[in-house]
Formats: sequence, C-alpha cells, structure tokens
Amino acid sequence: MDTADSLIISLEHVRKEFPDGFVAVDDFNLSVRRGEFVTLLGPSGCGKTTTLRMIAGFSIPSAGRILLNGEDITSLPPYKRPVNTVFQHYALFPNLDVYENVAFGLKNKRIPYEGKDWRGRPKTKYRRLSPEAIDEKVARALKIVDLEDMEDRDVSSLSGGQQQRVAIARAIVNEPQVLLLDEPLSALDRKMRKDMQLELKEMHRKLGITFIYVTHDQEEALSMSDTIVVMKDGAIQQVGTPESIYNEPVNAYVADFIGESNIYNATMAGERTVRFLGASFPCVDDFPLNEKVDVVVRPEDVVIMPSGKGRVEAKVSSRVFKGEMYQYVLLVGKSEVLCRSTEEYDLGEKVSFDVLPKNIQVMEKELVENEFKEAWLDGKGNVLLGEEEISFPVDYRQLLKGSRLDEEGALIGPKGNAYDLKDADVVLRIALDKVELEDDLSKGECQGTIVSAVWLGDHYQYMVRTEGEEDFVSDTPYQWNVGDVVAIHVAPENLRIELRKEISSYERRD
Amino acid sequence: MSAATRRVSRFFALKRKYLAFPYILFLILFILIPAILILFYAFTDETGAPSFDALVSFFSTPSKLSVLLVSLFMGLQTTLICLLLGYPAAYFLADRKINRNAVLVVLFIMPMWINFVIRTGATRDLLSAIGLDGGSHPWEATLIGMVQNYLPFTILPLYTTMLKLDRSQMEAAADLGCPPWKVFVRNVLPQSLPGIVSASEMVFMPVMSSYVISDTLSEGKITLFGNSIYLNFSNSQWNDGSFMALVFLVLIGLSMLVTRRFERDPAAERGGGLW
Repeated sequence: MDTADSLIISLEHVRKEFPDGFVAVDDFNLSVRRGEFVTLLGPSGCGKTTTLRMIAGFSIPSAGRILLNGEDITSLPPYKRPVNTVFQHYALFPNLDVYENVAFGLKNKRIPYEGKDWRGRPKTKYRRLSPEAIDEKVARALKIVDLEDMEDRDVSSLSGGQQQRVAIARAIVNEPQVLLLDEPLSALDRKMRKDMQLELKEMHRKLGITFIYVTHDQEEALSMSDTIVVMKDGAIQQVGTPESIYNEPVNAYVADFIGESNIYNATMAGERTVRFLGASFPCVDDFPLNEKVDVVVRPEDVVIMPSGKGRVEAKVSSRVFKGEMYQYVLLVGKSEVLCRSTEEYDLGEKVSFDVLPKNIQVMEKELVENEFKEAWLDGKGNVLLGEEEISFPVDYRQLLKGSRLDEEGALIGPKGNAYDLKDADVVLRIALDKVELEDDLSKGECQGTIVSAVWLGDHYQYMVRTEGEEDFVSDTPYQWNVGDVVAIHVAPENLRIELRKEISSYERRD
Repeated sequence: MSAATRRVSRFFALKRKYLAFPYILFLILFILIPAILILFYAFTDETGAPSFDALVSFFSTPSKLSVLLVSLFMGLQTTLICLLLGYPAAYFLADRKINRNAVLVVLFIMPMWINFVIRTGATRDLLSAIGLDGGSHPWEATLIGMVQNYLPFTILPLYTTMLKLDRSQMEAAADLGCPPWKVFVRNVLPQSLPGIVSASEMVFMPVMSSYVISDTLSEGKITLFGNSIYLNFSNSQWNDGSFMALVFLVLIGLSMLVTRRFERDPAAERGGGLW
C-alpha cells in the first residue's frame, strides 16, 4: 500500500553505537508516509532521541541507511537537509530577538535560479530571500504560533510557553519537508501542555508537513499521532495506530507503557480459554495448551456486578470518585484489579466481575524466569505465595545493602534501624533452572502436579501446578511424566525478592 | 521559628558581618587612603596648594600624550594577538575528547608558575639570540614579551566560557542552514563574547600599566604609562605622577563601563565572564 512515492523518510537497519560501546539504537526499520504524524514513544534511554538526531543529521548512524524521498541522506550534514528541529530546551539564540530568531534560517536560505555566467552561458545561480519576503514569512509563522506582536521582544523576556512557540515558528518558517520535535512540551506545565497538544495537532493539519515527534508521555502520543512507534532498549516494540497500540498491545511492556492496564500471568487452559485470577475466561486469541502467557485487561473493560453474578468474586479495596465515574481497585486474593464503573459500591463490599472475550488481550510471554508478582513476606524470614500460602525461607538481607538480621530474623539496616516486613508485598523471582523437583514429597516447600513437559534439546522444561494454582516452571535434566506429583524445592539463595514499595516505608518507628 | 532560634540566628548574622572587618580595614589602609592621596597630589603643586598645573602639563606636553598613545597601541596590539592565539587554543582545550582530564590546561597555564622577572629576563636573552633584541627591535621585543606574559590570562577566561557553550544552540544553527564556519560566526562567537570581554580586560589595562616588561625588553626605548608614572615618582614629581595615575584610573573606569554593556547580555548572565 505504501508506494515509494508516498514515503518521505525510511530508516533501514539503522544502528547507532557510541564510542564507549553503548548501542543506543539497533536494527531500526521505519517508513514514514508524507504528511504523517509519527511519534517515537518510550522511556528515557530507549533510543528515541538518538533516532531523531540521526534523522536531523546531528548524529551519523554506525550502520544502515536513512532515505529522504528515496535519496540516501545518511551522512548529509544537518544544514543541507530539508528537515528542521524543535529542540527540547528550545535552544533559542539569546543574543537575538524574536524576529531575528525566526528569521535565522531564512537568512541562510539560497534560492536557485537560472542565471548566466560571465561569458553569457546559462548557469544555476543562487540568490538570497529579499528582506520583504523574509518579513512576510516571519510574520506568517509568528501568526501561526500566536505571537504576532512579539517580534521585537528579547527571547529571555518570554515565558516558557512563548519561547516554545518561538522555537516552533523558527522551525516551520523554513517550510521543512519533515519537522522533528524532541519532547517539545516536556518543560511546560500540565495545562499549557494540553493546549499545545491541540495546537500542534492543528498546525500539523494546516501545514501538511510530516511531523516526527519524540516523547515519553503516552497520553501525548495517543492524542496526537497518526502512528505510534513504541521503543525499548533501542529496538521497536510495536508500530501502529493509537487505537491498535492501545487495544492490541503485542506484549506486556507495550501494554504497561500505554495507558492504565491490569496485567496478569496466565496460562492457556484450553482452546481459546485462558486462566487467570483463579478463573477460566473465554478469549479470542489462541495459544497452545498450558502455555504461559501475559494477559492485559484495560480498566474500562472490567464489568463489575453484584456478588454471585460474575465470573470472579472480588472485594472492593479502594474507591476514587472521578467525576463521571468511580475508579475501583478490587482484590481477588492478593491480586489487584483496576476498574471503573458508574455504579456505586462500598469499600469492603463483595462484588464480582467479568470481562468480554474480545477485551482480553492474550500475549506471548518470553519466559526467562519464574515471576510471582503477588508474593509477600511474613517478617520472620519467609516469603509466602498463593492461596495455600506456600512458604519459602529466604534471605531478607538482599533487600538492603549492608543490612543484617537480628536473632528473631528481623531485618536491621546498616544504621541499626529495624524494619517490620510482615505482610510486605514483594515480587518473587526464581530462575528456571533453580526450581528443583523431587520425588520425595517431604523434601520440598510445596508440591504440585506436572501439567506439561517439553524436551528442549538438552533438558526438560516442566510446568508444575500446585493445588492453589501457582505454576512453577523448572528446567531440569531429569525425567518425569505429565500427571506425576512432585515436591518443589528452591534453595534460599536462589529466591530473589523485590519490595513493591520503598523499603523506608517499612522502617519501624517506635 | 521559636524565639530562641531567632536569637541564635540573629547572633550569627551579626557574626557574619564581623568577618568582613579585616578586609575593610585593609581596604581603607591600602586602597582608599592611597586613592585619596593620589587625588590630593594630582590637584596640588609642590607646596601643597590647590592647582591644575599637573593637568595642564599632562595635556600640553606632547611627550606625555604620546606615552598615552603608545600605551594604548601596545595594549590593543597585545590584546588582539592574545585573543587570536588564545581563542583557538581555548576552543581546542574545551573539547573533552581531546583534553580529557583538563591536564592540558595546566600545561597552558604553567608559564605563570615561573617568576615573571626571571621569565622576562630569559625572554630578553632568547630574543637577542635570534636577533630580536631591544636595541634593534624594541617594539617587537616588547610585544612578544607582553603576549608571552599575558596569554595564560587570555586562555583561562576563554576556556571557562567555551566549557559552557550551549551545544544545542550550535545544533540549532546547523539545523537552520548554517555550514560549520557560519555556525561559528553566528552562534559560537556571540556565545563566547563574555569570555572575550573578560580576556580583554585581563590583558589590555595591565599591559598599559606594566613597566618591567617594556623596560627589560626594549632596553628602555619604549615608555608605557606604567614606566612614565614610575619615572615621575622616582624623580620626585609626585603631582605629575599622581595626575597620570588618576588618568589611568579614569581609563579603567571607562573600560569597565564599556564591558558592563556586555554583561547585561543574557549570554553573560549564564556565567562565563570572570567577574
């Protein structure tokens, strides 16, 4: 559908490695259509600004090509590119006034025309823009950004928002083919940011220029873009329209980054059936039986109803009035479910909920380790897990550097301050090859049934399900059969725990 | 704030003020009183009676006015050469890739560690060895000595400004169609103006008032303002000497007024100037 003609910028296998060996962007492929509003979205350090700088020409790719209108501009210096940038901190020229800042690029412009050389032969010559033409263009650009009467003002006397507008005027006055915007709104306050979002979108519509926009603000990206490129660690995670990125995130990272979401570890329990929060839900995505997956449910897709009517029973644990509706946090065991409803339920009230199959986004999970997001500590040297409260002895000292344990097993900080870790929520992680399976049922901390076994070339990968439906994945060379009941043992040093809140909030103050 | 803490803080506030007293004493003894003495001698005659003799004599004696001109010229030339040599050097030094731990800066500043009389004597011998002795080339010899002596003072303020150059402004200039040389002229130069002004201040007036360098290197053939004041005083012409010192004071004041203009520049507000 994208003909070569409709594309304005293509990045092909672009890679940027800095002299210190840090790879900021790797194998980056992206095509931008003429007139499109593309947003590069990701947390800081994901390589989005580096990508923008390579398009602007401030940074030369270590490998790969950048094409503009089909022409290779990979190593063209910035001043020769028909591309202009709006910088994050504006980078206005403080020694020039507003007019001179905006006119800066126009004064450098040379317009080719057919002239004659000294022998009278035809030759392409260049002329400057006339002062009148510059005046007119500057006035028009300042009108677009609503700064008509500011021409003679010193840029340092302008507010942040006004400086931002000057920076935009300074870029668009050159009528670039592509406008690059590097977090242009990050220095503005919230209200102003909202207004500028609308104005930028409107400007994009009026000018018809291609915008490439860099931001870490997902809301900004969703409300302004035609296309969003979600980035992580120098690589693209997903490219799509705001709707498709929001509704069909390809992985938990994208889902978590874009909008509020409930993300759960889940297991495929049958054909188009996924099991999480202790219940089986019909869904529209199909994965092999017993595959570990991530499930995303948007808060607005959770349908709350009175207890007994829905698929899952829950308890209201918090309620915030948001004007047109309530925002609730429901508790299912230890798991939280964020949801919204116009109905009023009381704190502690028993409710139930369901989710429509099409609103359950099932995503492939890259299984690198066992991760239990809903574990907690008992404060006496154990970490607990699941309904049946599987308990593993664990070393709390990993939570705080330089800490020690007193005779009762409580954590003492390096300065002698004690921490009360009873019921502290933690994320528990166990490497796959550290989950040991035993035939002797007395040898483990808990027991479970093997629900799947896969031979992975040099070892087996088993999934063991406990009675409380916690799934452990174990890599081991020994052989069991599906249906075998085994003991699960993890050595204390192989349990990694991470507090969900700052450790300082558990400090004992007496 | 409780009454007690307020009392404590007031006590310390007073204490802070006392800390300046030794300096104020020094200021009065060695700066204020001498300045008043200069003013007094400049407008009296040998008998101590009020008179404008020194003023009339200064502005009507061509040799005295020519000293002023020669000094101004020497100051301007030295400043210009120092800037031409020091600016690229500072630009080079401020490049973190080349000058990783700022070790190179020390190399550039090192000449200042050698006693300046010894350094000037050595320069004289060196210059006469290559045929640029004070007898045949007094102006060139003095100029070289001045540049050699004041170059580190030029490099330091320039270097500190260069370290603070706003890279994104340079990128913006390139983005808006400036090839590298134009980025320099239209952005780097204006950005480094406070450093240039500081550097000039560090060189221009001190050159005019110095006398050891011109005395040693020109073999007494070039008389700068400093030499002239010194000569007047050593010949017991206190009134003439004082008036010339006053003229110099006014010149310094004027140059400060000129440079203040640049300090109101927003680029200067970010710092980079020496004061």
